[in-house]
Amino acid sequence: MNGQYRDILDNGVWKQNPGLVQLLGLCPTLAVTSTVVNGVSLGLATALVMAGASGTVAAVRNFVPTEIRIPVFILVIAVLVTVIQLTMNAYMLGLYNVLGIFVPLIVVNCIVLARAEVFASKNPVLPSMFDGFAMGLGLTLALALLGGLREIIGRGTLLSGIDLALGEWAKGWVIHVLPGYKGFLVAMLPPGAFMGLGLLIAGKNWLDQRRARAVPRPAVAAAEV
Amino acid sequence: MIPEAGRESLRTAGMLLAFAVAGTALLAFVYALTRPIIAKTEEAAKLALIAQVLPAKLYDNDLLRDVIELAPAPELGSVEAGHAYRARLNGQPAAVVLEAVAPDGYSGRIRLLIAIRADGELAGARVVAHRETPGLGDYIEAAKSDWITGFQGRSLENPAPEGWKVKKDGGQFDYMAGATITPRAVVRAVKRALDYYGRNRERLFAPAAGGGR
Repeated sequence: MNGQYRDILDNGVWKQNPGLVQLLGLCPTLAVTSTVVNGVSLGLATALVMAGASGTVAAVRNFVPTEIRIPVFILVIAVLVTVIQLTMNAYMLGLYNVLGIFVPLIVVNCIVLARAEVFASKNPVLPSMFDGFAMGLGLTLALALLGGLREIIGRGTLLSGIDLALGEWAKGWVIHVLPGYKGFLVAMLPPGAFMGLGLLIAGKNWLDQRRARAVPRPAVAAAEV
Repeated sequence: MIPEAGRESLRTAGMLLAFAVAGTALLAFVYALTRPIIAKTEEAAKLALIAQVLPAKLYDNDLLRDVIELAPAPELGSVEAGHAYRARLNGQPAAVVLEAVAPDGYSGRIRLLIAIRADGELAGARVVAHRETPGLGDYIEAAKSDWITGFQGRSLENPAPEGWKVKKDGGQFDYMAGATITPRAVVRAVKRALDYYGRNRERLFAPAAGGGR
């Protein structure tokens, strides 16, 4: 049992990371990652939706006819996203305004449906919830890294906008990594997002290859990448 | 008798219906639960915004009590009723805070709050809600850049009407490369609101009973 959960976590965060390996849901990945706070917020919202959606899908998997499973999955996902959207609107208005259209767009993020179809429709509730959450966590980490990269290069800060997520008291947490930095617009624009994502993927592949070389396991390690 | 295939279809349709009903019920419940909180949060945010566009020393009345409803007007870009908050000092009209909309933003409508002093000078403007591209068109937000403060002290004579454009179009207002549609929409909306104020000044400051629709 423990081994199963470790595999799920390893899959979601590293081997099959939705942001860096599966490259699913690229639109929000590239669009909101102009800062760490935006990236992490959308990542966590997605993780919550995925855990809830995968859990629900797993719970009803045995009595939903295959013909209508996709509409049912989408319905479940849409309901969960709307619940999260209303909650954010009520308690985190600032963040809700910043993320704007990308919160409702979680519904059409294919990673959510993909996990429901590939994993949750064939597994019990608890592993499915964990799988959804692990995938969401992997996405959150990827978005945080990409957001951090773009924020430092683009405006020389980290954690700007944290007060929108946590309230006025967190305003002092903003780190000015490069004081007096004028900003680098390309990093904030969509091309910067593509370049940053490319660098992150290259970095991950480099780490994987180095690890494969350190522990020689012929053929298997290479095939996994 | 319904044939086997028909019964199967009915069962599937019923299942889908059951999920739709359950989902709708859950959403209705959450909506009812969050609606008052959302209204309160947005009200508080609006008050904080009004405080940004209109210095507190300019008025001494209770702004949220001195409100008239504005019928939808093309000058305000509004398709639904908006509000005008009237600020008075010692009973004299001091300023009016208008809710306006820039309908032609890059990603839909941009909602604005515009404070105009009684003499027609802009006390300030702020973006209340927008869906412009994060990191690109969102510099119209005061939190992201001070672009929006460029409206402070402007009026229909300052600059003259042909100057009410972004610099790229030969006007006097800044813009950032890569996002011109957004500031263009905001500049136009503010200009229109000033026009609206010029034409409706008497009505806007009329006592509550005579104002409104």
